[in-house]
Amino acid sequence: MTEQTEGEIRSEVRAWLEANWDSNLGLVEWRLKLADSGWGVPTWPTEWYGKGLSDGMGRMIDEEFERAGAVTVARTGIRNLAAATILAHGSTMHKEKFLLRILTGEDSWCQLFSEPGSGSDLAGATTRADMKGNKWIVNGQKVWTTSAHHAQYGLLLARTDWDVAKHKGLSYFILDIEQDGVDVQPLRQMNGHASFNQVFFTDAVIEPEFLVSELGDGWKVATTTLMNERRGADGLRKYAKATEQPGRAYAEEAEEIAHQLEPYKWYPQRAGRVDLVIQRARETGKLDDPTVRQEIAKLLTLSKTTQWTAMRARAAQEQGGPPGPEGSLGKLSASNVARKAALVHTMLSGADAMLTGDDSPLEGVIAEILVSTPATSIAGGTDEIQKNIISERVLKLPKETRFDTDRPFREVPRNIVE
Amino acid sequence: MNFNFTEEQQEFRLVLRRFLEDKSPTTEVRRLMETDEGCDPEVWRQVCQDLGLTGVHIPEAYGGQGFGFVELGIVLEEMGRALLCAPYFASTVLAATTILNAGTEEQKVTYLPPIAAGDVIATLAFTEDNGRWDNEGVEMTATASGDGTSGDSYTLNGTKSFVLDGATASQIVVLARKPGSTGDVGLSLFMVAADADGLGRRKLKSMDPTRKLARLEFKNVSAALIGEEGGAAVPFARTIDQAAVCLANEMVGGADKLRETAVDYTLLRVQFGRAIGSFQAIKHKAADMLLEVESAKSAAYYAAEALDDDTEDWPAVASLAKACASDTYMQTAIVTTQMHGGIGFTWDNDTHLWFKRAKSSEAFLGDSHHHRELMMQRWQD
Repeated sequence: MTEQTEGEIRSEVRAWLEANWDSNLGLVEWRLKLADSGWGVPTWPTEWYGKGLSDGMGRMIDEEFERAGAVTVARTGIRNLAAATILAHGSTMHKEKFLLRILTGEDSWCQLFSEPGSGSDLAGATTRADMKGNKWIVNGQKVWTTSAHHAQYGLLLARTDWDVAKHKGLSYFILDIEQDGVDVQPLRQMNGHASFNQVFFTDAVIEPEFLVSELGDGWKVATTTLMNERRGADGLRKYAKATEQPGRAYAEEAEEIAHQLEPYKWYPQRAGRVDLVIQRARETGKLDDPTVRQEIAKLLTLSKTTQWTAMRARAAQEQGGPPGPEGSLGKLSASNVARKAALVHTMLSGADAMLTGDDSPLEGVIAEILVSTPATSIAGGTDEIQKNIISERVLKLPKETRFDTDRPFREVPRNIVE
Repeated sequence: MNFNFTEEQQEFRLVLRRFLEDKSPTTEVRRLMETDEGCDPEVWRQVCQDLGLTGVHIPEAYGGQGFGFVELGIVLEEMGRALLCAPYFASTVLAATTILNAGTEEQKVTYLPPIAAGDVIATLAFTEDNGRWDNEGVEMTATASGDGTSGDSYTLNGTKSFVLDGATASQIVVLARKPGSTGDVGLSLFMVAADADGLGRRKLKSMDPTRKLARLEFKNVSAALIGEEGGAAVPFARTIDQAAVCLANEMVGGADKLRETAVDYTLLRVQFGRAIGSFQAIKHKAADMLLEVESAKSAAYYAAEALDDDTEDWPAVASLAKACASDTYMQTAIVTTQMHGGIGFTWDNDTHLWFKRAKSSEAFLGDSHHHRELMMQRWQD
């Protein structure tokens, strides 16, 4: 923390941007400057490209970047989760090797957590890493892997000990994706898109120094990654906006965003597109229908209160402390919004709700809303898991009796994956 | 919007919470709700004089504390939480706010200081037998006795119903209209002394015994004009929107308290050899309740702040907050009763005290459907 006031920092960053920002710089060249100066990730520690400022100051600095029209460090994709995890648990070597190339956008990352046999129960992972001849040898399968098809590195949760309790036998690795033992295949969803991958490991190799934290610490480290994911730090929604202005840095950033976000074009639809509701009600002539008006008002209420609660949580967080379980309220709330929005859009569309593609209203956007919203209450932790987290961590209710933590993982009943 | 209470506001809340936990435990609520007065005189004296709460949003020039609706919201949330039995909403929220919005300088100087000091308990009588919360429902007539110049006295005829603390208030602010007028036109506000000739008051049997209601019959009751003759529509509408924000804040206090008691109970109650709070069927309900109550709190807080900042959309937000609080408080009461099981349906268990307050608050000033429609009208254009 610094003694400087908000006003002082604001004028400092403003002056720095005026002196340094040039849209004709190459993207990487500009981001290297950002990393050098500390203004690219001001909330990071001073020894690692940052300035050690609070989240609140970070948002203020974001505003100044927006004002100046300056491109930021790379923020899309899983790389932010990787950076947050490496900052919290990585070795000095990890930080030296990976952080800068995350900021410049030269490296992409993916998160290798979920498996066909362990979704909500992530700690039940059965992908194994075995030490053979001073290397970790990985075998198994991951699923729902965002961006694996163009990632250089993966954050891997794998089982290294089968004779201890499930959470204790996991370790966390950084895996080089671009190797023979890793096979990335697309996974098609109910809305027709294939935004995620399945990743198969057949004797994939990890050098011992790419274990993150200690052997058996995998669950603890993964929790850091997940906490940041629930805060929405994957940036897939927030920073997906390219600047349509001339300039080399803008052009290269637009290309990066397009490349990174192409598989997620439907993401706005999965949130329910509340922004379209009034316009659609007008177009369909249903804005005067009292029943429809009630449902729209309920939706707007859910949507507004979700925003306001998030702002309250953020204001509270600004008074200090790491990301806590309040992040889980927002996710549950967003599910309610998405579900309600799908109902309202169906109501507004009538028979058109039976159509898809360009036969569906708004060039298929409506159909895409209707078949994408179920993702919101599943992805990144189902509503049911969110409710467990809220009731246990916030409300301090007891955990359900479990049958998987009191014995070696080897003896725990689990899904049989073919 | 800063979305956060200041340290002073948080301290203020703590002081109130301690005071109300001490003075308004459910044993006291149960005692007072059976009385006609519905208020303990000594506690009311402390509310008014020691804490100055009756004047919290009344400017200092009129004997108040000069705070805004955010502070008034805090007071109401804490009173709602403790189910304080007192004529606070009637006097400070409804009557004082009406006078602030509609009164002349001279009237404010005359009427507000005694309300702020708690020496006078006032209320606002606007709803009639038709149960409407807007001015369209006003049928009571006000006839000027003189030639139509200022200083005339007026005569009121008609009926007011659902008047909060209407049987105990000593001053009644009344909304009435010029004979033959309709809609926004011809509406005026009047001050009537409770002991005026021709005024008959009957206490209604209210389902929520902590919220006393009365029906008032006016037969040639003489009244003093407040503000401008025929000019009451705008200040009245503003008052009702402000009162909706206040009620929303009161309601989220009660909802939050219910939610806590529900969770506490599920930790105590053991069935099948374990606390019922360990079952996911209960935990998921508890998580949903938390989300709903926190959402309604966000709306109520945001509305109070929007009102103080006089943002363009505050009336829309006021209706949103009231609709949200109505649904949430009732839903929380239903789920709390459910989580208590059989004992939750007994008179001895305290849940029904809040359940009934939730029910009366749900309807008071317009239910959620009414306010959602208002919200749509206000946001559309």
